[in-house]
Amino acid sequence: MALLEIKNLGISFGGLHAVDNFNASVEKGCLYGLIGPNGAGKTTVFNMVTGVYKPTCGTIHLDGKNLTGKNSIQINKQGIARTFQNIRLFSNMSVLDNVKLGLQNQIKYSVAQGIFHSRSYKRKEKEMDEKAISILKVFGLENEYNYLASNLPYGKQRKLEIARALATTPKLLLLDEPAAGMNPNETGELMDTIRFVRDEFDMTILLIEHDMKLVAGICERISVLNFGTELASGKTEQVLNDPRVITAYLGE
Amino acid sequence: MKKNNLNIHNLITYGIVVAAFLFVSILVWTGNASRHLQAMLVPIGLNIILAVSLNLIVGFLGELTLGHAGFMSVGAYAGCLFAIKYAEILPTAVRFPLAMIIGGLVACVFGIIIGVPVLRLKGDYLAIVTLAFGEIIRSIIINLEFTGGASGLKGTPQNSNFYIVFVVIMITLVVITNLVNSRAGRAICSIRDNRIAAESLGINITYYKLLAFVIAAFFAGVAGVIYGHNLSILQASVFDYNRSIEILVIVVLGGMGSIRGSVIAAVIITALPEMLRSLADYRMLIYAVVLIAMMLLNGSQKFDKYKGRMNIGGLFTLLKNKKSAKEAG
Repeated sequence: MALLEIKNLGISFGGLHAVDNFNASVEKGCLYGLIGPNGAGKTTVFNMVTGVYKPTCGTIHLDGKNLTGKNSIQINKQGIARTFQNIRLFSNMSVLDNVKLGLQNQIKYSVAQGIFHSRSYKRKEKEMDEKAISILKVFGLENEYNYLASNLPYGKQRKLEIARALATTPKLLLLDEPAAGMNPNETGELMDTIRFVRDEFDMTILLIEHDMKLVAGICERISVLNFGTELASGKTEQVLNDPRVITAYLGE
Repeated sequence: MKKNNLNIHNLITYGIVVAAFLFVSILVWTGNASRHLQAMLVPIGLNIILAVSLNLIVGFLGELTLGHAGFMSVGAYAGCLFAIKYAEILPTAVRFPLAMIIGGLVACVFGIIIGVPVLRLKGDYLAIVTLAFGEIIRSIIINLEFTGGASGLKGTPQNSNFYIVFVVIMITLVVITNLVNSRAGRAICSIRDNRIAAESLGINITYYKLLAFVIAAFFAGVAGVIYGHNLSILQASVFDYNRSIEILVIVVLGGMGSIRGSVIAAVIITALPEMLRSLADYRMLIYAVVLIAMMLLNGSQKFDKYKGRMNIGGLFTLLKNKKSAKEAG
C-alpha cells in the first residue's frame, strides 16, 4: 500500500476542467516529482491534496485514510504539510516564531497557562525553543533565529518555509516550486537539503518544479501534467525521454 | 537572549504606567492636582484599558472592528444593574469587583454571540457588521424599561476611583502582553500575517479569532462597569460609533500591535481636548490638526529615524560615540 493514493482526481471551475482524472501513488520514502507546462494544474493538485480546494471527483488516501473533502486543518493533522509557490511566511514574526507555529499542535498548553505564565508554560516554551532551533540547524538558519522572517534573503525564506512545514511532523511533505528564483548554487544546496530531509526525517516528498536539473537530479518517479490531464508517469529517466513529454513540455 | 529582550520591553511598559501612577498620586496627595485633572484620571485610564484590549483585535489579529463601544455598553449595563440591586446588601469591596466580573462576562457572551457568525467576514465587511452591532445594542438599551431607557440608568453607587482603574489597567496589560507572548498569541499573530499558511499548519483559525474577540470584549465590558460607577447617570447615547472610532484612533495612533503605544496614545488623545479647552472655539480644530500631523509623522521614514536616535538606547550610543571620538581625537 502506497503512502499517498490519488485516484481519478478531478476538479472543475464552472465549465473549465482544471484537473481531470489524475492518478498517482507515492510510496513511503519516495521523492516524487510533478512537472508540466504553466497552467497545467500542478498547484491545483496540491491545493486539492491539502484541502484548499474540494475536488469534484476522485479520492485521496493517506496511509489508508480517506482525506477527500477534508479541510486544510484536518489534513495537516493527518500528516500532510506543504510550502507555497509564492512564499507565505509570517513575515512580521521572528524566524524562531515561524517554526514554533509549526510546533503549535505538537507541544500544547492551555490559554490560561499562557496568560499566567505558569511553570508548564515556561517548560513547554523552552521545549519548543529547543526543538525549533534543532530544526533550524538542519537548514543552517540557527544564527538568524531572531531576525524578522521578511528580512531573510530569498533563498533562506524558502528554506524557512520548509523548516516550518517539517515542524508539524508530517508523513508527507509537499514542496511547490522550492527552487523558484534561486541561482544554480542555491539550487544545488537545496537539492542536498531535500535529500538530507528525506533521509534524516524518513520523509516522503512530493514536489512541483520547473528546474529540470533538480527534477532529474533528485526525483525517483515523476508525473507529467498537461492541460489538466496526466500525460505520462513512471521512473524519471523513462518519462523524461518519452517523446510525448518532450514535445509537450521539454522541447526538442 | 530574545526572551530577555522581550521581558525587558514589557517591564519598561509596566514601569512607565507605574511611574505615571505614582507621579499623579503624589500630586493628588500633596494637593497639587486641580479638580480638572482629577476628573480626567478615570476617563484616561478607561481609554487605556479599551485601547489595549482593542489592540488585540486590530493590531495582533489584524481585523478591523468598530463595535468596541457596544461591548463596553453591554458590560456597563450588566455591571451597574447588578450593583444597583445589591447596593445595600453587599459591601463595596465585594460588590464592585463582582460587578466588574459580571460586566466582563456578559460582554464575553455577547462577543461569542456576535463573533460566531461574524468572524467569517473579513476586513471592511467585519468593520461594517460590528458597527451595526454597536448601533443595535444602543437602540435596544434605549428602548428597554429596566435599563432606564433614554433618560438613563440612575442610582449606581459612585465607587470608581483612580486607584481601582490603575489596578485594572495593570491586569489588562499583564494579561494581554502575556497572551500575545504565548502559544495562543502566536497563533493570533499568524492569522494576521498569513491566514492560508496558518491553516496549512493546522492552526484553528476560527477558534483563535473568537478567542481574541472574546478577551477584548471582556476588558471592554470591565471598562464599561468602571465607567458606569464613575458617573451618577449612565446613558446609552454615549456608547455610539464615535466612541468606537475614538478608541480605534488611539490604537492606530499608538501603532497597531504596540501595547506601549496604545497606553501613551490613550493619555494624549483623552487629555488633549481638555487641555485645549482654554482655546474655546479653536479647540476641535487644533485637536484635528494634531491628529493629522501625528498620523503623517507616524508614516514618515525620516521621523522614524529621528525617533530611533532620540530614544534612551540611542542616547547611550550617541554618548559612547562622542566619548570614543574624543579619545581618538
